[in-house]
Amino acid sequence: MLQLFWLIPLLPLFGFLLNGLGLKWMPRKAAGWLACGAVGAAFAIGVGALIELIGLPLADRSITHVLFPWIMAGDFHVNVAFMWDPLSAVMTLIVTGVGFLIHVYSLGYMAHDEGFKRYFAYLNLFTFAMLVLVLADNFLLLFVGWEGVGLCSYLLIGFWYTKKSAADAGKKAFIVNRIGDFGVLVAMMLTFWTLGTLTFPEVFHRAQTLLSPGTAIPTAIALLFFLGATGKSAQIPLYVWLPDAMEGPTPVSALIHAATMVTAGVYLFVRASGMFVLAPDALAIVAVVGAVTAIFAATIGLVQTDIKRVLAYSTVSQLGYMFLAVGAGAFVAAIFHLLTHAFFKALLFLGSGSVIEACHHEQDIRKMGGLGAKLPITKTTFIIGSLALAGVPIFAGFFSKDEILYSVFTSQLGGLGKVLWILGAAAALLTAFYITRLVALTFYGKPRDKHIYDHAHESPKVMTVPLVILAILSTVGGFLGLPLAEKANVMHNWLGPWVGGHGAEAPSGAEGAVLHATSHSAGLEVALMAISVALAIIGIWAAWRLYIKDLPRVQELSRKFAGAYRVLWNKYYVDEIYNALFVRPIVDGSRVLWRAFDVGVIDWAVNGTGRVLRGTASYLRPIQNGLAGSYAAAILLGAILIMGYVLLGGWR
Amino acid sequence: MAVPAYLYQVLAAVLFCIGVMGVLFRRNILVIFMCVELMLNAANLSLIAFARALGNVDGQVVVFFALAVAAAEVSVGLAIIIDLFRKKGTVDVEQVSLLKG
Repeated sequence: MLQLFWLIPLLPLFGFLLNGLGLKWMPRKAAGWLACGAVGAAFAIGVGALIELIGLPLADRSITHVLFPWIMAGDFHVNVAFMWDPLSAVMTLIVTGVGFLIHVYSLGYMAHDEGFKRYFAYLNLFTFAMLVLVLADNFLLLFVGWEGVGLCSYLLIGFWYTKKSAADAGKKAFIVNRIGDFGVLVAMMLTFWTLGTLTFPEVFHRAQTLLSPGTAIPTAIALLFFLGATGKSAQIPLYVWLPDAMEGPTPVSALIHAATMVTAGVYLFVRASGMFVLAPDALAIVAVVGAVTAIFAATIGLVQTDIKRVLAYSTVSQLGYMFLAVGAGAFVAAIFHLLTHAFFKALLFLGSGSVIEACHHEQDIRKMGGLGAKLPITKTTFIIGSLALAGVPIFAGFFSKDEILYSVFTSQLGGLGKVLWILGAAAALLTAFYITRLVALTFYGKPRDKHIYDHAHESPKVMTVPLVILAILSTVGGFLGLPLAEKANVMHNWLGPWVGGHGAEAPSGAEGAVLHATSHSAGLEVALMAISVALAIIGIWAAWRLYIKDLPRVQELSRKFAGAYRVLWNKYYVDEIYNALFVRPIVDGSRVLWRAFDVGVIDWAVNGTGRVLRGTASYLRPIQNGLAGSYAAAILLGAILIMGYVLLGGWR
Repeated sequence: MAVPAYLYQVLAAVLFCIGVMGVLFRRNILVIFMCVELMLNAANLSLIAFARALGNVDGQVVVFFALAVAAAEVSVGLAIIIDLFRKKGTVDVEQVSLLKG
């Protein structure tokens, strides 16, 4: 299996080619199962390869398979090569495992859609691109996957392209991401310019010797990569596309816009952490942006009424946590939260899809209520996902979020870390509040729309089984990173030696073990844990009291704080501000250029050339009158002139 | 009685001018074609006369070539004329002005 790991990305590619380019005659069912099978087989190979990887000694746990050399220009060598190491293995299993469940779920969710095969072709293409991203052994190939997932995101957001809002949302996502991609490109050029290579191990190896910590070059590289990460992973200032991306089919939101693609920025930072630890200032900025995004998006999530948009802002907020962890140097915690978040956020999105399907494509939670009785499985699994998101102990999100907060508190950021911890803890409180509000409004209380309630029905097995599996993972997934138990902390033992400053070379035993091992203080950790549990419970309790016991009070409160409510309802007017600052000037400027330069200069010159030629021709045209005699006369006249010239001695 | 060499040149020039006038002013394409032949043979006559006057065979050689080429040219030209007549039913060049600009 270990030698076959390079097949993992090729299987979904194969599925995409079969579904997308040929086999029109294939029945829908076969096409759907083919797509699922391709991802499932990739997952199986991934599990096999992971097991064999565990069997290897620590120093040998990185295998590169070169498929073919891609670019060879002078000193510049880039291979199409895949790398199998603990980090890429974890990412691969998330992408294929959660991806497989979502593929299966889609069989039910998309069953009656006209674009069924197109949907699965895109989904397979996305899986391929994402696997290229996480398995690439150099920045350039990673960028290929990076752009590939962006393309698939665009295609799938605008999947129902006859709907204008969906098409617009797709465009918005693509354009906003391009801004970030510009940063990634420049960062790659800087990397090659200073280090002379783009292959990961070499980059990190040379970065240790060629770049001095804290200087301008590594800081610039890190910040430019972060610009790309803010685009792909929806952080301030480029997060605006993600809430709009909810126009796509719900399983797409679960797979691309919650579990996998949006975590690409986090993965990039952890993968290249060996270089980024040389830029502490940039990491501090990353941490601040992450923390601010976490609380900013959580506040917007408090008042949204579209079930998917609440989850979208929640995703932005959770990604903020991951960047907070990256910025604090807690790379393992970032990947740990990425893993648990993939479980519970995919679960929540698929659950919301089940609700939406049950309500006949109604997404407004104000029209739901009391659905729990009709959708028992969806309700139970959704609540498990919510508890995981809120950070209630024993559920997965608790362990990962707590580790992040603890790492931030004790990180090298010092006083800043304490401030960021307060932001993160406050965001945790808000998270517990908004997700409880969502659960309460959807599943509890009295039905607010009788028609929707009467027609609601539980989803078929093909949709509920993935929900149950994800619910189990959301419950037990956290035990991979038990706090206070270094021996049993699987995540740290597995990834710790491979991230941070240790990613450069094969680690030598315990030397590179746990980044924060030295500063571990059990008492502090328990205290912080108690605080965040208390915050989660306060949030849940407050939302429960308001939205289940005392709904009229909500109206009252929103009237009392009308100003704040309006700002949140309008998402801090960020879209409007961006429109006024960037979109309008560009549109207006383009119009001026169009009228003045395009029409006034270019069109004038082109048309003018034509007019001049036609004018001249109208004088010359009568000469060619079609009469042979006149041509003969012209020949004669010419001959006489030439002969006269010669005879009179003009030609010597 | 020997004819002076210049008279041959005068004759050639007169024939040539008749040919030119015919090409310019006649409208029957067949006649125009014959006038072209007349101009050609006027030139031949001039060449032969010079060759004889100068005691040199070069001119005569050129005339042989010219005759051979002229024979080919006549056959092509006549074919075109016949085809034109079949298509248009006329031999009047002023009726045929398809390439008017």
